[in-house]
Amino acid sequence: MIKAGRILPGRRVVVVGPGPLAPLVANLIVDAGGAVAALVDPNPLRAWVSALPRMSQRLDLLAEGAAWFGRLAVNGVPVYRGWDVSSIDGAHEVESVSLRPVDSMWRFIQAGPQKAIVADAVCMSYGLAPATEIYRLLGVAQRYAPELGGWAPVIDQGQRTDRVRLYAAGDGAGVLGAVAAPFSGCIAALSAAYDLGRIDAQTHHRLTQAPRRHLARAANFGAAMARLVAPRASAMISVPDDTVLCRCEDICAGELRAAIAAGALELNALKAATRCGMGPCGGRVCGEAAAALMESTGIAREQIGQFTGRAPLRPVAVAALTGSFDYNDIPLPKVLDA
Amino acid sequence: MIGSFDIVVIGGGVMGSAAALQLARGGMRVALCEARQLCSGASGVNAGTLSMQTKRIPLIPYALRGYDLWKRAGDAVGFKETGSLTLAYTEREAEVLITRMSARREVGAPIELIATSAAHAMEPNLGDGVVAASYCAADGYANSSLTGVYYRSQLRLAGVALYELTPVQKIVPDGSEVMVQTRAGALRGTRVLLATGAWAKQMSEQMGTPLPIRVRVNTVSVTERMARLVTRVIAHASGQLTLKQSPNGTVLIGGAWQGRGTPETWHSDIAPETLIANLRLAQHVLPRLAQGRLVRSWTGFEGQTPDFVPLAGLMPGANNVFVLGCVRSGYTIGPYIGRLMGDFMLGREPELPLFDPARFFPERTRRESLS
Repeated sequence: MIKAGRILPGRRVVVVGPGPLAPLVANLIVDAGGAVAALVDPNPLRAWVSALPRMSQRLDLLAEGAAWFGRLAVNGVPVYRGWDVSSIDGAHEVESVSLRPVDSMWRFIQAGPQKAIVADAVCMSYGLAPATEIYRLLGVAQRYAPELGGWAPVIDQGQRTDRVRLYAAGDGAGVLGAVAAPFSGCIAALSAAYDLGRIDAQTHHRLTQAPRRHLARAANFGAAMARLVAPRASAMISVPDDTVLCRCEDICAGELRAAIAAGALELNALKAATRCGMGPCGGRVCGEAAAALMESTGIAREQIGQFTGRAPLRPVAVAALTGSFDYNDIPLPKVLDA
Repeated sequence: MIGSFDIVVIGGGVMGSAAALQLARGGMRVALCEARQLCSGASGVNAGTLSMQTKRIPLIPYALRGYDLWKRAGDAVGFKETGSLTLAYTEREAEVLITRMSARREVGAPIELIATSAAHAMEPNLGDGVVAASYCAADGYANSSLTGVYYRSQLRLAGVALYELTPVQKIVPDGSEVMVQTRAGALRGTRVLLATGAWAKQMSEQMGTPLPIRVRVNTVSVTERMARLVTRVIAHASGQLTLKQSPNGTVLIGGAWQGRGTPETWHSDIAPETLIANLRLAQHVLPRLAQGRLVRSWTGFEGQTPDFVPLAGLMPGANNVFVLGCVRSGYTIGPYIGRLMGDFMLGREPELPLFDPARFFPERTRRESLS
């Protein structure tokens, strides 16, 4: 909303999240004339510093990021690194945001200080995850790779999935960032051309050299970012029971914890028990959080799995599927003709 | 080895769970192995319809008793007694409706043929063109998603040793006992009950007694929440549509239209052409569905025998391996036939007869009776 229409989320906004998305959003708010009450990043400064060497492969992006932080400093936006939101309070709307310091696994430090910040809106993002619904729907082999944002299709060097003539590129194949995406797309296209016999091995080899080199550099930068935002299930431990995880069906963390305690050992069993993920979003919003919540109880991600892919990937009007039809043309079984 | 049991049940769907429950209540030491989690297959993804109007004649007595057990489970399985309407739209369909419903009525299903005006009075949102209708007051549905949660708590209370996420690799005779091999180790059972639904085909083949099971891939769809459109279960005379609106407003559309897939891969897909036919039939019956949005369609594997009645009895040629399952309407009859199977294995006379799988192996049975 803010990017497309310069619509401000509130008058005094707290922006929260690890990685590059939070400072970007904070900048957009400042640019649009809004006030950022605080930028909160659960990562300590040293996490950013240790990411610098890999980020320096893309000085342009590094400079862009530095400019964001510079502008926030000029505008007097306080930055809390190594802190996270412990509660968002208010009678009917957001009135204040409480912060507490966290350790490197984003767990609140016991007996740490607490800060309350007056605000009327909060923007939060804890990283990006590949959109894998279509791979699930197609039964493509996947693996859990936190460094790529979570579950991602298994692909070879040419971006081939295990399904013949199906290729994966861009962040859906593993989050490496917008800069890497065109190169993985280019490599996938060249694989397809080669697999279909439209280019020979030599041409394929020659044409993939440059995109592979660019992809490696961009991926290096993306991987450094990914490390900053890699999901930490431990952060879920302190999520209060009354926090809504599934917004479509209004399911709270406590209900999910109760279902896990009652024997849900994988994500689909949790969905069946609670309706988490059964709403119009198809589990895109809650799936990762619910899985992280399960992981925080000690279950491995490989066992937790993902929601089974179900069509349609987005809700579709029934009328759009049924179109115009005649009752007599519906193919009812022949048993009626007997 | 994991342990020794009187009975190892393989397959944690409705039927395996209900049988395990009855066996444990009868004093047996019971283990239950399930490849995924309880009721992850057809038992947990079917449309939940509990209607006498869609059952085959030989199964009506079982369905009536199964229905009572679901009713007793109540809120824990999202049970609702709503009554059901079945509708015909052509003269031919009306003929079929009248013949079939009368036959069902004769064997005890409380179904009545009603005037079409009465059907429209019950459900004002029905579309035009209904030429015949039947009604059954003692019908309804359960929420199949909750089946696994329900049986898990029941089985734990009864002291059944539950092995979920434990696929069975092999079933091997071992002297007078049976070894059930899993990735986690072997379970030894004095007797074994195979209740793996559509998966029983491959497992029976592995055991050298291939059961005649045809795998069906049934499709179910759900809309987003809609204003109240219907209060009863609605079905079509062909049996190709069941429709109900959940308390939360979502409309659940079934009818056993076929998708694609094989149980071996655990992966199945909808088939667009059958999904669209299913939705068209639903929209013909309930035109206002056109205003809703389809949120999700899914598929589940169902096993089916050539004579449309279950497999329930001794595995042909074996004396300590039993088999249970594989029928359309398995969800409705499941709790009851599982209980009968438990009684049979406990040496009690079942209240109603079982369905001996030996009927498919006349030669084998004859040879054994000679020896």
